[in-house]
Amino acid sequence: MKVTCLSKGSGFHFPPCHILDVSGFRILLDCPLDLSALTIFSPVSPSPKMEEEEQTYDFAVNNCLDMRKRQKILKSLICAQPWYKTPNNLHLWDPSSIDLVLISSTMGMLALPFLTQTKGFSAKIYATEATTRLGQLMMEDLVLMHNEFQHFYGSNSGSPQWMSWEELELLSPALRKVALGKDGTELGGWMPLYRSADVEDCVKKVQTLKYAEEAWYNGTLLIKAFSSGLEIGSCNWTINSPKRNVAYISGSKFHPVHAMEFDYHALQGNDLILYSDFSSEGVLTNDEHYNNFPASTTYNSSITRDCSADNDDRILKECLLRNDESLEEREKVAFICSCAVDSVKAGGSVIIPLNQLGIVLQLLEQIPVYLESSAMKVPIYVISSVAAELLAFTNIIPEWLCKERQEKLFSGEPLFSHPELMKGEKLYVFPDVNSPELLTRWQEPCIIFSPHWSLRLGPVVHLLRRWRGDENSLLVLEDGLDTDMALLPFKPMAMKVLQCSFLSGIRLQKTQPLLEILRPKVVLFPEDLREQINISSSHSFPVLYYAENETLDVPKSRGNVDLEIASNLATQLSWRKLDHDDDMDIARLGGQLFIDRGKHQVLSGNKVSDKPLLHWGFPDVEKLLAALSKMGVKGSVEECMSDAESGSDGIVHIHEPSKALIEVRATRTVISARDERLASLIFEAVGTLTDGI
Amino acid sequence: MAIECLVLGAGQEVGKSCVVVTINGKRIMFDCGMHMGYDDHRRYPDFSLISKSRDFDHSLDCVIITHFHLDHVGALPYFTEVCGYNGPIYMTYPTKALAPLMLEDFRKVLVDRRGEEEQFTSLHISQCMQKVIAIDLKQTLQVDDDLQIRAYYAGHVLGAAMFYAKVGESAMVYTGDYNMTPDRHLGAAQIDRLELDLLITESTYATTIRDSKYAREREFLKAVHECVAGGGKVLIPTFALGRAQELCILLDDYWERMNLKVPIYFSAGLTIQANMYYKILISWTSQKIKETYATRNAFDFKHVHNFDRSLINAPGPCVLFATPGMISGGFSLEVFKQWAPCEMNLITLPGYCVAGTVGHKLMSGKPTKIVLDKDTQIDVRCQIHQLSFSPHTDSKGIMDLARFLSPKNVILVHGEKPKMVSLKERIQSELRIPCYLPANCDTVHIPSTTYVKAHASNAFIRSCLNPNFRFLKRSKEENSDQVLRNTNSTAPLQVNDERVAEGILIMEKGKKARVVHQDDLLLMLRQKKHDIQFGYCCAAQLDNLEETGNRDGALSHSDKCSCLQLLFKELSTYFSGVNIQDLGEHLQVESFQVSVCLKDNCPYRIIDSPRKEAATIFYCCSWSAADEKLAREIISAIERFNLSDNLPCKNSK
Repeated sequence: MKVTCLSKGSGFHFPPCHILDVSGFRILLDCPLDLSALTIFSPVSPSPKMEEEEQTYDFAVNNCLDMRKRQKILKSLICAQPWYKTPNNLHLWDPSSIDLVLISSTMGMLALPFLTQTKGFSAKIYATEATTRLGQLMMEDLVLMHNEFQHFYGSNSGSPQWMSWEELELLSPALRKVALGKDGTELGGWMPLYRSADVEDCVKKVQTLKYAEEAWYNGTLLIKAFSSGLEIGSCNWTINSPKRNVAYISGSKFHPVHAMEFDYHALQGNDLILYSDFSSEGVLTNDEHYNNFPASTTYNSSITRDCSADNDDRILKECLLRNDESLEEREKVAFICSCAVDSVKAGGSVIIPLNQLGIVLQLLEQIPVYLESSAMKVPIYVISSVAAELLAFTNIIPEWLCKERQEKLFSGEPLFSHPELMKGEKLYVFPDVNSPELLTRWQEPCIIFSPHWSLRLGPVVHLLRRWRGDENSLLVLEDGLDTDMALLPFKPMAMKVLQCSFLSGIRLQKTQPLLEILRPKVVLFPEDLREQINISSSHSFPVLYYAENETLDVPKSRGNVDLEIASNLATQLSWRKLDHDDDMDIARLGGQLFIDRGKHQVLSGNKVSDKPLLHWGFPDVEKLLAALSKMGVKGSVEECMSDAESGSDGIVHIHEPSKALIEVRATRTVISARDERLASLIFEAVGTLTDGI
Repeated sequence: MAIECLVLGAGQEVGKSCVVVTINGKRIMFDCGMHMGYDDHRRYPDFSLISKSRDFDHSLDCVIITHFHLDHVGALPYFTEVCGYNGPIYMTYPTKALAPLMLEDFRKVLVDRRGEEEQFTSLHISQCMQKVIAIDLKQTLQVDDDLQIRAYYAGHVLGAAMFYAKVGESAMVYTGDYNMTPDRHLGAAQIDRLELDLLITESTYATTIRDSKYAREREFLKAVHECVAGGGKVLIPTFALGRAQELCILLDDYWERMNLKVPIYFSAGLTIQANMYYKILISWTSQKIKETYATRNAFDFKHVHNFDRSLINAPGPCVLFATPGMISGGFSLEVFKQWAPCEMNLITLPGYCVAGTVGHKLMSGKPTKIVLDKDTQIDVRCQIHQLSFSPHTDSKGIMDLARFLSPKNVILVHGEKPKMVSLKERIQSELRIPCYLPANCDTVHIPSTTYVKAHASNAFIRSCLNPNFRFLKRSKEENSDQVLRNTNSTAPLQVNDERVAEGILIMEKGKKARVVHQDDLLLMLRQKKHDIQFGYCCAAQLDNLEETGNRDGALSHSDKCSCLQLLFKELSTYFSGVNIQDLGEHLQVESFQVSVCLKDNCPYRIIDSPRKEAATIFYCCSWSAADEKLAREIISAIERFNLSDNLPCKNSK
């Protein structure tokens, strides 16, 4: 088995991506897009309605040739139709060599249409139903938002000008780093965006699964998705091959606020865990919160070893289920809410261009509560081409939500409160900033949810231009975005900016207890996290470290395949004991081997020879003569000579009942007889003096 | 190991479905229903048959409920709260959401209307539902280390599921009620091709074959439309869930299309509340309805309003949904009393009504008067329309499912005995599957598949996967004939690849059985292989060797070759169908090898008086024990051959 980490990704929106070679099949784990790279492009000019607001920025929209002016204004962002950055190393692999693609989350799906439109790509793609639906909505939204660029720049094919080396040389170092990567090799990862037809085609090729649904690939691999808690529909995977069971753990949350809980029990007992939760990379050093906890192993192994296994598990579970994460997340959400209320009170508006569905849903529920408690009446707008469908969708998927939300179903309440809010005219949903209904309903100050978090696409660009000078307005930003670069086109900015980071995975302290509960035989762990977490060597499982763009060869584990023998065949076997070993019985087994759904079964087929076919040991010539005479076969031994020429150890001439010859050598006995019956008698006699089966 | 199936309810009848199946030691109860037709102890399945000591927690591994109908879930609160079962209970999400509504509705009917002592309380229902674990379709759930269950879409009502259960190598499916054709709001049943020892299927319509439902839906809509067009009122008595939503979707859609403005009412909150569940659970409905979630959820009925008691005698047409479905009391009876005497009005009746209810009386014949009690008589002058669409599969559907799954055994439940008997005959004669119709409290024993488990070595698996080609030749004449007739005929050589698995099974004390390749065995025993072979040097007649052969008496290399080729030709014609290979120095058939023997004194030449005749040529053969029979046949053939006639002409070289 081989594992190649194509990209360790970064943050919630850019999950890691791996290639796994297992049992002769090549599996691609996730296919994400690095959308933070979009910030090197300049957003397009505002729509005409907002243009009057733009007087300070005299946009000579049609005069693209006026390079100097444009560069001065946009401070060197690339003015071109943006391309999209895929994991660079993915392009080093032949798409036709991939047998399977497993998608863990909506974020891990965004580059999938690039793959599915490649010639020769024929892999089977698995994703959960909810991920597929949400991913489709996100991709459709992306395409629609990108269309704005297309209208502006016109559609042109071929390699864009900014990708030429002369132009790249002109870029600022920060931009060049994004465009080319640290070592200058990543230019090949840039792709022009897919079209909506590609998205449709891609989604059609996805085989959707429920959590814990069994999917068989080629009758050999059993694939199952289990809830990871990161986002609605996101999952970890188990891949059972005849020789090894693999669990792939990517960003997971023990206590998600909406999504179904991290189902780590289902990952127990696998041979190998590919641990790919990079969310805590670098967190230890700059998050003070972590200082409240002692070093990574609060319960050291000396204690756990003394306890019984049950107790051990209990302690570990308690540690895992300690609900720090969601409390912290709720605190952060509460903070955003109070900041939003403050801004609105001061007469400013709030723009929330977050794309993490889980956070958006929390804010949508919490902000109205905060507004109400401070007796503010301001409208909340959700502006996105897919918002209406997205919100409707969240209310029909109880099977994908956490226990708390499921209780709402059982008590007959809507899963989320947004239908009520919409009915109560507190929340409005519009497809885009130009929709006529928006213009009639428009009221400021207001609170707006609108994509895209990169601040380069979507309605947020227009809204920022409108309010950037208003010091009472508030912009809520995602973590993982280079703020300086992101805000560059909107400078100077008077509006407040709140950047918030949410944990998008397993906290480091919980990594080790988790691995101990899962009891794998071997763990593949990121080299980059090695410094931060010291997985102590006292544990039963060895840890192998992997690094980006390196192939790790995992040594073989189980040598045996489990075989099932049909009972009717098993009862007909003729058993024999071995001469030297009483504890061992052997029988010759013959039949037909069927391999289906990972099972190897031998069913009765061809008939097995009743005579032993394999012999070992060495027949003594004298004993052979004696054994033969008991059967009424008489003969004499020709003296054994250490005759180099023939190499014979002994030759027995048979005289009665008819003439025959037995030639006994070190590794071979030849029986030569005209008479068939005599030959088989001799065969039998030789057989009694050797071991055979 | 075997499967044991104890039928506690719905054996040769409809009502109180309950089957307890033991598979390889694991015991599962499928459904826990009540019988609507009885008021006494016969109402519940006889749980004492599961465990005399009534220790249900230890005698059952889990309870599975297929859907929310009372004849499938009605006895559950009684079983958990009164009988004390505390183990796991599994249902789909919609069933868990909707079953308590049905149970509560039923409890009210019992207590409030019939004035009976209640069998279970509201608290019982909610406590019982707390124990239920909701599962999704196709989710493969590990109840414990050995027992695995999975739900499949059944299409009977919202959330109805067929359940697959597997323990070790034995597997079964319990269908519950299902529908093989999609209807207005639900899809058709869907299941994977599974390897099953047992299929337990419902057989409500064991002999009926039904036409499309659309015709009957049109009739219903026509009747309703005519009634309201004439200014009449339509009363649709239904239960809170299922039928009400189905008919409502039908009407709402029709109202929209026909632009009707006549109000549609739901009585007393209950069904409106139920619509909320349907809205959330819309992904469990049919494809067409499912897709409406993004624009307008199909269960957001446009034309439906809440009914107020004051509207009963309000003028003008209307349509009213009222509970309970069989007009056994409550609001539907109250409205019935008011509306029945007017011939403009219309009452629709569900497909099935329990004896004793007003619904049942209306169904049997055309009464003009209904006597409720000695003080109350109702004149019935209104029109009556009987709804005949039932979300059960027909006999064709049952046969299709049985054929598709091809289980080793079929058990029929939930049907009427005479019809079940004829379906059983069909299953046994057409599908050749043994079929059983246990009555209540009967047990059916079924043998289950078992396998001996062993580890297999890599060498063994590899050897099994090795191609084992067999070449079948056709004789030349036949072939040339065919070529003349048809140039595209079958190739002269047919290749078969019959792979064989042959290895050695090892049982060692204290270790798991292993299957190894024979080379593995020798390595394991640290022994060297000792070949036991057979050898024989046989003579063939070759008359005119003198003329063609070397004068010195020794055959040259080319002569040797030609002698071997002679034999090859001869054997090929003699043993057509056997694959003989010419390997230059020798010929080979399986392990049998033959070469020309030039030794004067071959040790394997076992002939009493060795004749050294010029016309004799010797062929030295060797083979292993496995091919003894074949070898003897070939040798005796060689000895019979007279090769002289076929000797190739020297000049041809």
